[in-house]
Amino acid sequence: MQALARDGRTVLGPTVRDGAIVIDELDSAADLPAGWGDEQGPGSYRLVRRDDEARFGHVVGPHSWKSELFPPRTLLVHSTRTADGFTVEPPDNRRPAAFVGVRPCDLRAIETQDLVFDDTDHPDPTYRNRRADAVVVAVQCTDPAATCFCTSMGTGPRSTSGFDLALTEILDGRHRFVIEIGSETGRELIATVPHTEATAIDLEIAQARSDDAAAHIVRRVDTDGLPARLAATLEHPQWDNVAERCLTCANCTMVCPTCFCSAVEDRTDLTGDHAERWRRWDSCFTLDHSYMNGASVRSSSGSRYRQWLTHKFGTWHDQFGVSGCTGCGRCIAWCPVGIDVTEELSALASDPASEGTVPPEGAGPQEVQ
Amino acid sequence: MVPSRYRVVDRVEELADTVTLAVEPVDEPVAAPGHGQFNMLWAFGVGEVPISVSARSPYLAHTIRADGATTTALCSLTPGDMLGLRGPFGVGWDLDAAAGGDLVVIGGGIGLAPVRSVIRAVIAERDRFGHVSVLIGARSPDSLLYRDELADWRRDGDIEVLVTVDSAPSGWTGDVGVVTTLVDAAGFDPSRTTAMVCGPEIMMRFSALALIGRGVAAERVKVSLERNMVCAVAQCGHCQIGPVFVCREGPVFDWGAARSLLEVRQR
Amino acid sequence: MAATRTIRELIAEHPLLADLPAADIDLIAGCGQNVHIATGRHLFHEGEPADTFYLVRSGRVAIEVAPPAGPSLIVSTTGPESLVGWSWLFPPYRWQLDARAVDEVSAIAIDGACLRGKCESDNELGYRLMQRFAQLAVDNLLAARRQLLDLYGDNSG
Repeated sequence: MQALARDGRTVLGPTVRDGAIVIDELDSAADLPAGWGDEQGPGSYRLVRRDDEARFGHVVGPHSWKSELFPPRTLLVHSTRTADGFTVEPPDNRRPAAFVGVRPCDLRAIETQDLVFDDTDHPDPTYRNRRADAVVVAVQCTDPAATCFCTSMGTGPRSTSGFDLALTEILDGRHRFVIEIGSETGRELIATVPHTEATAIDLEIAQARSDDAAAHIVRRVDTDGLPARLAATLEHPQWDNVAERCLTCANCTMVCPTCFCSAVEDRTDLTGDHAERWRRWDSCFTLDHSYMNGASVRSSSGSRYRQWLTHKFGTWHDQFGVSGCTGCGRCIAWCPVGIDVTEELSALASDPASEGTVPPEGAGPQEVQ
Repeated sequence: MVPSRYRVVDRVEELADTVTLAVEPVDEPVAAPGHGQFNMLWAFGVGEVPISVSARSPYLAHTIRADGATTTALCSLTPGDMLGLRGPFGVGWDLDAAAGGDLVVIGGGIGLAPVRSVIRAVIAERDRFGHVSVLIGARSPDSLLYRDELADWRRDGDIEVLVTVDSAPSGWTGDVGVVTTLVDAAGFDPSRTTAMVCGPEIMMRFSALALIGRGVAAERVKVSLERNMVCAVAQCGHCQIGPVFVCREGPVFDWGAARSLLEVRQR
Repeated sequence: MAATRTIRELIAEHPLLADLPAADIDLIAGCGQNVHIATGRHLFHEGEPADTFYLVRSGRVAIEVAPPAGPSLIVSTTGPESLVGWSWLFPPYRWQLDARAVDEVSAIAIDGACLRGKCESDNELGYRLMQRFAQLAVDNLLAARRQLLDLYGDNSG
C-alpha cells in the first residue's frame, strides 16, 4: 500500500462502509474488508462475516471504477466574463491513483469504457489522463456471488491481461497472495515489498481457486448470436411484462460499470461573471434522456427498459465491437424490484406465442370466431 | 468538450423568432465544416445547442430559431459579442456524390437552413449539375426563410425554386399546399436525381415517399435526422437511434437506413 | 355458417357496398373474417404493406401520424359503419398513416391483397371497387381540406 501511495498516488480499494463493501480511499491495508464476504441476489445485498481473515473474500459492491475514470460529476470548463467576452479555462482533473482489488469483470469493464472515452477521435481528457496514470492491482475472484455471470460473458473469473499486478488470495493454513506480474510498473512495485518466487504448487492452487469459482457461478446468459436475436425481439411481449415491474429508478445504470450516458449542466455564480460546465452521470431510464421538441421519444418504461437492455447486449456490439455487459451482476442485486437481466434475456429468447395472456402490440387485430 | 471562442460579426433577423449569426474565430479556428455538418454553440452561462451550418463563406454562419433558453440567448447576441463553438460534427450532404446528375433539395421550415450552404455551393459550381430544384415548404408566407435570396438562386443559379405554404392570407399569389405537391411539379429526371431533404421528421418521411413514388432511387434520397444532442462526440448517449449515434453516423442518412431506424416503434 | 352469413349481411348493408352485385358481395364476404381490436392496439402502422382493410362494426378508430417524440397526432377519427383503409387498392399498397383503436373495436377484416388479385383478372369488378373506394378517398379529401381551413379562429387573443 505504501509503495502504491508513493509519488502522491491516491490508493483506492474496497472497504466496509454503510453496510456494503464500497470503493474508497485507503490509508493502509488495515482498511481492507478483512473477514467480510457478501451474499447477493435479485434486489438483495448483504455483508456476511467470514470465518477467516480473507481480504478479498467478496465480489463487487455498488461502486465500480467508472466513479474514478468517468466521475459522477466532472468539471468540463470554467469561464470568466471579460470586457470583450469571456475566457475559457479547461480544468486539470488529473488524480494519479492505484486501483486495488479490480475484479476481472471490472477490468474488462474499464477496457470497455476505454472504447467510449479513450480509443476514439475525441478522447475525454479526464478519462484519458486518469486511465494513463492509474496503477491496476487486479484480484482474481475466489468467492463469486449468486448474481455473477462473468463466465457467460467471457470476462472471468480470472483476468489474464490488462493489469500491473494480479493477486489470488490463498488461505490454507498460510495466508498468502500469488501475484502475477503484468507490466514493468508491476515488476517495480513488487521489487519494493517482501516476496518470494511462486512455486508450481502455488500456481496450481491459484488456478484451482479460479476453477472452483467458475464452477460456483450459477447464472447464465446464452450469448450465441445474442445481438441479432435481440434485434428481432423488439415487439416481444416480455417488454410489456418487465415494464410492469421496472420503476425506471436508474439504479442499474448507476451501478453498471460500463454505462456511460451523461448530461451537461451550465452554472453561473451570483454575479453572473463566472460560468462552469459540469458533466454528470445520466441514465436512459430518465424521461428527459430522449427529450426533443417538447416531448420524449421514449415515454413508456417498457421502451426505456428495452433501450437499455438491447443497447447493453445488442447494439453495443455494432458501436464498439464488444458486448456492453461484463457479467458483474450488480444490476441484479441493486434493482429494488429484483429484475434479473439473465432471466429477462431468457424470456426474450422464448417464442412469443407461448407467452402468457398479454397479446403482442405488433399482432394487431385478433381473430375471433 | 472545451469550446473555442468565436465572435459575432453579423446578425440578420430572418423572421420574428429566427436569427442568422455570422461568426469569426477569436482563438484558433475550428476545421472548415462540410455541408450539413453542425457546430455546438455555447451561450455563456446558459447552455449549448447543436446548430447546422447554414453558410461557410464569407463567414461561418448559423441560422437559429429561438425556442428555448439557449437559442433565445444566442438569438440576442449582436456583432461584437462572443460565443463558444465546438465542431464541426457529423456526416453531412455529399455534394460530390450528387454531381453529374440532377439535384432536388427540399427544405421544410427551419430545415431550409442546413441545406442553404449546399445551394450556394451548387451555384458556385453550377456546371457540375444537371437540373437543380429547390422545393421549399413553410407554414405561412411570414415564416419563409431567406426570402430575399430566392430570387438570386433562380437568377444566378439557374435553379428552379418552388415555394409552397400550408396556409396564406389573401393576397398571396404563390402556392398553398403541402411540399410533396412540388415534388410532382418539379422538372428533375428521377432516374438521375439525388435528393436532399431536411425539415420536421414527419415531413421528411412523406417527402421521401413522394420522391421514391416519382422514381428517385431510395439510396439517393438523403434525410437529416435530429435527436437530443449533448456531447456531439458519441459519448453522452442521448442521440442514439438503435445502433447509430446521430451526431457521428448522421445527421444525414440514406432514406433506406433512416427508415429502418425510424421503423422501430418507440412508445 | 352463422359467422359468414353475418359478415355477408353487414357488407350487403354497408352504404358504400350495398349496391354491388350479389356475386361481388359474396366474394368480399368470402375474404372477410370477424376481428376484435383491443383499446389502444393498432390496426396498422405507416409503412406496413396494406393488405387488409376494415369495415368497423363498433368502436372508434383514430387515423394518426407518429412524430419522433411525444404522442401521435390524430388526423381524424372514424366510427361504426366506416371503411378504414383504401391504400390496399392504390399503389404503392403501403399504409401512409397509423390506425389505432380508440375503443374496443369490432370489425370485419377483409383480405385486400386477395381482392386486388381478383380485380386484376376481373377488371369490371376492379372498376366497381375503384369507383367506391375513390369516392371514399374524395370524401376524406374534402373533409381534410375543410379541416385545414382552421375556420374557427384562434381564441388565444
